[in-house]
Amino acid sequence: MRKARRAILKAFGVGACLFAAGVRAQPEPVRIGLTAVFLDDEIRFLLRWRAYLEQRLGRKVQFLQRGRYREAIELLREGQLDAAWICGLPYVRFRSDLRLIAVPLFQGKPLYRSYLIVPSSDTATRSILDLRGKIFAFSDPDSNSGFLYPSYVLRLSGERVETFFKRSFFTWAHRKVVMAVSAQLAQGGAVDGYVWETLHRAQGGLTAGTRVVARSPEFGYPPIVARAGLAPELAQALRDAFTGMTRDSEGRALLAALNLDGFTPGSETLFDSIEAMSRVVQSA
Amino acid sequence: MIRFRDLSLSVTIPIRVTTMVLATAFAVTAILLWREYEELQRDLANSSASLGSLLATSLITPMTHDDLWRAFEIARAPVTGTAAGSTVTPRHVTVLDAQRRIYVSSDPVRFPHGAPAPFALPLDRSASGFVETAQDELLSVTAITADGVELGFLVLGYSNVQFRPRIAELVRRALLGTAAVLLVLLPLSWLYGRRTAAPLLGFAREMERIGRRSAHAPENDAAVSGNELARVGESFRRMVAALEEKERLEQQMVQADRLAAIGRLAAGVAHEINNPLGGMLNALNTFRRHGRADPVATRAADLLERGLLQIRDTVRALLIEAKAGNRPLTRDDIEDVRTLALANGKRIRLQWRNELQGTIGLPSTLVRQILLNLLLNAEHAVDADGEVGCYVGCANGSLRIVVRNDGAHIAAERLPHLFEPFALEEPPGNGLGLWVTYQLVRELGGSIAVRSAPGNTQFDVCMPVPKAA
Repeated sequence: MRKARRAILKAFGVGACLFAAGVRAQPEPVRIGLTAVFLDDEIRFLLRWRAYLEQRLGRKVQFLQRGRYREAIELLREGQLDAAWICGLPYVRFRSDLRLIAVPLFQGKPLYRSYLIVPSSDTATRSILDLRGKIFAFSDPDSNSGFLYPSYVLRLSGERVETFFKRSFFTWAHRKVVMAVSAQLAQGGAVDGYVWETLHRAQGGLTAGTRVVARSPEFGYPPIVARAGLAPELAQALRDAFTGMTRDSEGRALLAALNLDGFTPGSETLFDSIEAMSRVVQSA
Repeated sequence: MIRFRDLSLSVTIPIRVTTMVLATAFAVTAILLWREYEELQRDLANSSASLGSLLATSLITPMTHDDLWRAFEIARAPVTGTAAGSTVTPRHVTVLDAQRRIYVSSDPVRFPHGAPAPFALPLDRSASGFVETAQDELLSVTAITADGVELGFLVLGYSNVQFRPRIAELVRRALLGTAAVLLVLLPLSWLYGRRTAAPLLGFAREMERIGRRSAHAPENDAAVSGNELARVGESFRRMVAALEEKERLEQQMVQADRLAAIGRLAAGVAHEINNPLGGMLNALNTFRRHGRADPVATRAADLLERGLLQIRDTVRALLIEAKAGNRPLTRDDIEDVRTLALANGKRIRLQWRNELQGTIGLPSTLVRQILLNLLLNAEHAVDADGEVGCYVGCANGSLRIVVRNDGAHIAAERLPHLFEPFALEEPPGNGLGLWVTYQLVRELGGSIAVRSAPGNTQFDVCMPVPKAA
């Protein structure tokens, strides 16, 4: 009995040493934060994408999924994440701490819209201003399409979110805004146009319960950003890995699954309009 | 219109047995079904109680954080996904806040946020159990409490309708099981009913045959098994035997009455003839003695006298003179008859048994005539070298005479009329022998019986011996 235990302990010790050696031999993994700017709940797709990026970067990749943008930003600023795919609004807020890596191309442009959706049974609503006294679903207080833009529209009409609606709540994911509106828990919701279109393409059932009432002007698409302190070579390698996805078949297959056309290096000016809206909303 | 109770037992007993089997089967099925139904309700109560307490615990944080979406996700989880469609899935999960307004429901269309609770619920009652609503719904209520503070209530709404397929399935399975059991039991019960009815039907058949004079107690297994039916069978046999005996006695009485009537008639006629006959014979005598000896007249008188004497003989035979000779019977009287009978000249084999001893208190003349008549009859009946048996003895205070022969037997249909005058087609003597014998036996208070079968015809006379005064 004692002998057996010793043998097990020995084997365990050897295994632990080998594991440590293996880790030491490899460079540090790249830690990339993922948020609900896209459909981040498709685990099989994420494993495939991670394997693809590991192969392109020649090093380990860790995906860390976070439910709230604020959390991902905090982790980035604290250096616990190397990069993250976040919304344009937190990017403009913490621009000084972040570096732009790549911007997705949706329908050929690095732009997207915010959709105002209502339950499909509601055929009367023409604008968000028709939803006074109703229950409204936002995705995330740090989301441009899911919170800032509708708040901005209300502000332009002299309204405030807190008083205009009877009640509003956050679902912390664009997909769940669609679900809340479809189930008529909310009589209206603000959703990322890309997410709605992608859901509409993939699962007609979920978007069938909703009707798009209004589409916003185009904004800079939620970018992939890196912490300011990330080594420039690694930042460049990441940029090359994302923007190069259109160049091989696996990359194109992954882009097709994402319902995106590719990634572009992008420019900071893409997000100026978001920053301007943010200032208007915060000025109250 | 045939009424059930008019139907044959062969149908009604099996139908009754089968009906009882059916009734029992359905009663058992109904009881089992009821138990299953109660079990179903208990299952539901248990599952709703555990689901309720689980959900209530999960809802504490979303409610304290006022996280409407999270609360919605928790409320909706039991009614969607893999659990949906199962019988114990609630139709809706609704959360009420402390003010009993709807906080969130899995069915926000029906139960929108902020609306007052549409349930008339005894919400203060925290015990698990169901409240039935008018909308075919069963509601189960669980309080959501944190640190002793009531945050709200969780209402699980179950549809009554959703249990119907399961109940229908229960009923279907129970009926199938019952049908399978009945498939075995029904033929058995039908057979059993038929077996039970069979002896009764047998009795019924035999009782009907009583009227047609050929009844027998039915033979069946029950008769030897000693149960009530066997006793009925025994009584029935006794009853049939008694009826047969009664019928036989009645026939004998009818026969005796008839013979008595004939006897009275014959005696009356004989007396009426006898009186003028004596006068006529006297007149003829006088004519002979005093008439002229005309040869023609004398021949006519002779002819007349022979005819009148023949009439007298015949009439004498009809007139039974019981008083004639009062000497008591002895063994030798019987032996004399043997001599007389054998003197007839026909070659026969006579089996003779005379067991009389001493004297018997019966008139010897009449007994001798009875025995002689029977012996002459028997001799007449047998062929040459035929056998005639005779027994005379005394037992139990009666004289018994048995005479048998192995000649041609007497047809059964003629037996009832055997003792009437001129009954035999070829009678020995004047055709009155058996009738006279019968009258004599009756005169002496005895009985005479005859049995005739091919090869054996037997007359059996029994006469009581009067006690010596």
